Amino acid sequence: MAQMQSAADARAAAQTRVRLELLAELVRKDLKVKYKNSALGFVWSLANPLLYLAVFTLVFSVFLDNGISWFGVLFMSGLLVWSFFNLATLSATGAVVGNANLVRKVRFPRIVLPLSSVGFAGVHFVLQLLVFLVFLVPIYPQAFGPQLWLAVPALAVAVTFTMALSLLTAALNVRYRDVEHLLEIALLAWFWLTPIVYRVALVQEQFSKAPWLFKVYMANPMTAVVVAMQRAIYRFPVSTKDGRVVQVLPADGYAFYLRWLGVAAVVSVVLLGVGLWTFRRLQADFAEEL
Amino acid sequence: MAEATITASGVGKRFRLHHKRATSLKERLLLHRQASSEEFWALRDVDLEIGDGLTVGLIGPNGSGKSTLLKVLSGILAPTTGTVAVRGRVASLLELGAGFNGELTGRENVYLNAAILGLSRKQTARQFDDIVAFSELEPFIDNQVKHYSSGQYVRLGFAVAVHVDPDILLVDEVLAVGDESFQRKCLTKIAEFQERGCTILFVTHALDLVPRICGRAVVLDHGRVLHDGDPVEATERLRTLLGTAADQSGGGAVLGADRPRFARIRLFDPTTGVHKGHFSTGEPLAVDFDVAAPAGSPPVSVRLAVTGPADVPLWVMDSDPLTFGPDGIATVRFTVKELPPVKGIFAFAAALRDPGTKVTYDARRFPEAFLAAGDTATGIVDVAWNAEQVETPGEEERDRAAGDRRRSEL
Repeated sequence: MAQMQSAADARAAAQTRVRLELLAELVRKDLKVKYKNSALGFVWSLANPLLYLAVFTLVFSVFLDNGISWFGVLFMSGLLVWSFFNLATLSATGAVVGNANLVRKVRFPRIVLPLSSVGFAGVHFVLQLLVFLVFLVPIYPQAFGPQLWLAVPALAVAVTFTMALSLLTAALNVRYRDVEHLLEIALLAWFWLTPIVYRVALVQEQFSKAPWLFKVYMANPMTAVVVAMQRAIYRFPVSTKDGRVVQVLPADGYAFYLRWLGVAAVVSVVLLGVGLWTFRRLQADFAEEL
Repeated sequence: MAEATITASGVGKRFRLHHKRATSLKERLLLHRQASSEEFWALRDVDLEIGDGLTVGLIGPNGSGKSTLLKVLSGILAPTTGTVAVRGRVASLLELGAGFNGELTGRENVYLNAAILGLSRKQTARQFDDIVAFSELEPFIDNQVKHYSSGQYVRLGFAVAVHVDPDILLVDEVLAVGDESFQRKCLTKIAEFQERGCTILFVTHALDLVPRICGRAVVLDHGRVLHDGDPVEATERLRTLLGTAADQSGGGAVLGADRPRFARIRLFDPTTGVHKGHFSTGEPLAVDFDVAAPAGSPPVSVRLAVTGPADVPLWVMDSDPLTFGPDGIATVRFTVKELPPVKGIFAFAAALRDPGTKVTYDARRFPEAFLAAGDTATGIVDVAWNAEQVETPGEEERDRAAGDRRRSEL
């Protein structure tokens, strides 16, 4: 009996390993296909955030002059993790439909398709984040303090939430192709509802009469992630620029961030359960629906 | 290792033919009540068990559900009714090179495709040279696949697929592609699988292949299993179904429902009793004919002619008049102790006739009854021969020989 159990365990472990290898292979394929025949290769993936950085700094720091010192650092702290979420969910949503030929003809664990999109976006994110941190060493050394550890739970939540949403939309998109379009629009609104280009303390001030509204605002898992990333890299809740003092982040201690990350983690895990369940339920019909 | 099997019980697969299919939320809402769809059962009550290392041919007319059955057995489609239980490692080749990416090189695609089929990177690396050698694409392996010809594409796909090393292999009509030499290579690979005890289920329209490769054949028609058993009989039934049965009434047979007729034919190896379609020269062969005769039929005997390459009748066998049991069935067995040293594909022409009047009641031709292979690579006859290097004759001897030649020229 015990022997049978261990044999079954070994088989399950082998199966998991094969799936992970397949996942790695698919991510590798996506990266190769994307950067084949391009001289600059990965450098292109830095172009997008750099362009955002230039334009948003010009608009919000110069034209609108929000009074935040080192606005670029604050902005990039949130933007990079948002870009990961944005790219991963969008490409994962089309992953099953885009591989119709494979799904119709070969038996393999379908779940690796959306997950490989998340992995693909993850590789970009890690590289972008590393480049960003390298740039910070000379110009913003204050980022490298103990508060940087806050990025670990923040990223864990970001990955869980992204996988959860990706599984759900990828599965639903097979039946209803509008999911892709809906998500695209939703992500645009979502971007502005997340404190990436403006400071979260501003929202708190505006909602000071109705604190429950701020709670609703913070319940967005991506807000909790972005704010925690800002606290981890931008570090200082209060900025001083030309004698002006601006409250950027709501609190100095970590409790605020960890509490909201906790809420986001619960939401993400529940959504992951829903996503997995939906994906498993619908995948039997993928080959037919495509 | 536990016996690898796929067991389908009561499997049915229903497709909805959507005249207008809701692929968006809007359509879904609008079509909510009045969704016009028609049901279509691609498979109905299919009970099938494959395993025990037997090669099974799956044949049937177009649209009979062969590919659907293969997809259900391989787990790509979920059955609407019934269950499919799988034991062992199953590989299915429904389309060669599915999942190849044109932008990637042959090498990169080998790794990708192997991963999709369930191999780890390490396992693939170990097999890589074999895969490339099998595909005969060494010079092009680092070219992008989009520059491959369709034949090269398929060759690489097949090469990867056959190196997955499954217990059960499900093959759709993929052998129809590629040039003759590659097809021969595929058949050799299949024979190798057979020797290793791998179970193969393959769909084909090349009926002549079936008795040669398969130990069993399943005929599917309109989603139902029409026949499951002897491959020679299976191809014959399908030919009847398709209206292409060779020589149905050949030889001036007397037609009519109450005439004696052939009911069943079974080809096997008399030493083991197991069906065989692929013999070696010198091996024994046996064939059973079941003959059904209504009560009061005239006496009949069976004449069996074996036709070899180039349609030359090689030998003819006649049975004694048959005695029928109370059920009106008699079985006659022809046994050949040793197949002659002639290689090729052999046909049977069987006739059921009155030994006295020579009136033929039933005649059947089985164009691709069996294959006999020999030791020598070319030519159709296996002759015992020998080639050896001998000492070159001395000058004196050569002169004598030359003298002989001169004399013979005179």
